[in-house]
Amino acid sequence: MKLGANRAGLGIFLLLLILSFANAEAARIGDIVETTPMEQAARFFSLSDKAVQLALAGSVLLGISCGLLGAFLVVRKMALVGDVLSHAVLPGVALGFLWGMTKNPVAILIGATAAGLLGTFTVSLITRTTRLKEDAALGLVLASFFAVGLCLMGMIQKLPTAEKSGLDKFMFGQAAAMSGADITLMSVVTILTCLLVIVFYKELLVISFDATFARTTGIPVRLLHEAFMLLLAFSVVIALQAVGVVLVSAMLITPAAAAYLLTDRMHRMLILSAIFGVLAGVAGAFFSFLGSNLPTGPFMVLAASTIFAGAFAFSPKHGVVPRWWRRRVKGDRIGRENTLKAIYQVLEAADFKSEGVTTAELAKHRHNTLETTLRDARKIARFKLVDFDDVRGVMRLTNEGWRQAKIIVRNHRLWELYLTSRANYQLDHVHDDAERMEHLLGEDTVRELERRLNFPQTDPHGRVIPSVRETTTSREP
Amino acid sequence: MSFIPEFNFQKVFVAPWTTDFASFGWIVLMGFLVTLACGLVGNFLVLRKISMVGDATSHSILPGIAVAFLISQSRHPLIMFAGALVAGVVASVLIEIVHRRSRIKEDAAIGVVFSTLFAVGVVLISLYAADVDLDADCVLYGELVSVGAEPRAIIAGIELAPMSVCIMGVVCVGVIVLLLLFYKELLVTSFDPALAITLGLRPGVIHYGLMCVLSLVIVSAFRSVGAILVVAMLILPGATAFLLVQRLPAMLWLSVLHSILCAIGGMHLAVWLNCSVGAAMVVTGTLLFVLAWIFNSQGRVLRRQND
Repeated sequence: MKLGANRAGLGIFLLLLILSFANAEAARIGDIVETTPMEQAARFFSLSDKAVQLALAGSVLLGISCGLLGAFLVVRKMALVGDVLSHAVLPGVALGFLWGMTKNPVAILIGATAAGLLGTFTVSLITRTTRLKEDAALGLVLASFFAVGLCLMGMIQKLPTAEKSGLDKFMFGQAAAMSGADITLMSVVTILTCLLVIVFYKELLVISFDATFARTTGIPVRLLHEAFMLLLAFSVVIALQAVGVVLVSAMLITPAAAAYLLTDRMHRMLILSAIFGVLAGVAGAFFSFLGSNLPTGPFMVLAASTIFAGAFAFSPKHGVVPRWWRRRVKGDRIGRENTLKAIYQVLEAADFKSEGVTTAELAKHRHNTLETTLRDARKIARFKLVDFDDVRGVMRLTNEGWRQAKIIVRNHRLWELYLTSRANYQLDHVHDDAERMEHLLGEDTVRELERRLNFPQTDPHGRVIPSVRETTTSREP
Repeated sequence: MSFIPEFNFQKVFVAPWTTDFASFGWIVLMGFLVTLACGLVGNFLVLRKISMVGDATSHSILPGIAVAFLISQSRHPLIMFAGALVAGVVASVLIEIVHRRSRIKEDAAIGVVFSTLFAVGVVLISLYAADVDLDADCVLYGELVSVGAEPRAIIAGIELAPMSVCIMGVVCVGVIVLLLLFYKELLVTSFDPALAITLGLRPGVIHYGLMCVLSLVIVSAFRSVGAILVVAMLILPGATAFLLVQRLPAMLWLSVLHSILCAIGGMHLAVWLNCSVGAAMVVTGTLLFVLAWIFNSQGRVLRRQND
């Protein structure tokens, strides 16, 4: 299934590749400035404009390649390496430009990739040969390379002969500045990335999670790591034009981090990460397109961050809101079960002779205020566990209430008995543990406990362990 | 017309100290003050292995500065500082939340949060403040060159240094005073937090104090050298000194020397190559680091041969 999805993805690239050749002489978006946001939006969605098609194709391609490789960065805890790589490419961009004094994509790709890899190599060299720690090495290389790049860029901008249009867009990105040649290059890199990830999926997976094991199974760890870093550098460089040097690391990390929150399986994370990358890229291109001459990179990053915030809040398993809700639901259930247990204990103290329990009795038993007890009573009445007479303040357990109250008391006493008789706990040490365990024991565990304790009748304090057998068996066919 | 300008000794080395001293003197002084304040604080970042916090902070204060500017419509240093401090605190709280409340690891949490805040800052500036004197280029390059042309601060009728040089000087003095006052606390908490607790010092308080001073230094240096070069100014002096000496006082003195050399060397380099002064100062600092690196490992190799 995974392979199928990726093959479909490959088909789309090939389509885009063909599209990109057709659009080699597209107009630049910046040509028309005096338009309203509405007109610009219409232009964007109609896709009739060749410049829009180019920008869109570029955003999709960079979203896929950055998303795929970023997923590995996030699971390998190498997010800061991506940051260093993306800043360190700047001098390479300048040198690539100087080569032919034009914005030749291939020259810039070679120069920037070399500079980026030199940067990551320098980091590992510093940490290996000096006592400086990795954080200092990362910060140092990042800022030093960037400074050299700024110097070179400054010098280029003062050259009178240089045809320097577009070089300043490398800082914060401008999707509209992409040309047909850029798109061709991006397609090639994206296809290479997809091929690497599909063909060496298993190997990359093992390297990411257990490098030692990978080495023992004979996987060429070093070689694959180098290939990975090379493609990472390529992806950073092709994204530069649209996202900019300063923020390109976010396009590696943020979509992947959002995907990491949503799934536990690597192949799903890769697909989600690529999808988020594409969404962020397209949304960023769209919003920067609304205004005149706005940088694209920050908008793409903000779109990615919005996706991340959504995943952070609402991811079913790891999201903050669902987890908070689950805790609340569980807390409510424990509260109800404790109230039922207290009612049972009050009834038990009167040898089950009285019909119901008054709120006053319950409050006395639990050392609570009347008000709190009243609130508890209403809570369990809402779940039809008791019939609550609000005027007289009398609670009468329903059938379901009886069943649940018996279960919780049984669990508590069984566990106390188990701890004293099998785990050699002192009698006065078992109550607190049983208070917690009573809410967690399932039916199967209870049956196993009863079997091991030879179906006991009384707990270590001498009180009767209520039997729930007749009610539970009656529910089973 | 070659790319690297012709080396003219008169222009590069003599003119800045004679005929053009009026502007270059201030540039060197300002560069020195910025590098000194950053370097002194940065020493402790390097020692505490939290160098990347400097990177994250310098990026994430941008929206604070932008919002403060948009609300007040002024570039008063105190307003900028207030905005930046708020943004810095918001950033560290957000990193903490993302890191603690989900399974995202700390490195990715830092990456996500600071890039988001930086993007917010750039968007705000390019949407609302592009035509005013706060623009995206100043975020990257800083404006060290124009420091000599600024209006002079006038106190009690006497014309003093340019406004930003005065502020940076005050920040420097503040950093040095704090360093002298809390030297022992900083020393112990940096090297042995457990010992610090047993001595009754509070590493948490010292840490947050250091973070506050870091924000202050970054904000005041930000205008001169830009958001990213600040990171280099923070880490380079400490890292270079760390390679050469073993003791903290020696490290601090070496970083002072490093700032002087950076400021002067960077100015000459910028005049020669005709590029951004801030970037040239960082390049000079990098060269000094590389020298320290080579001689350090050379020394180690020699020692090993003697053994």
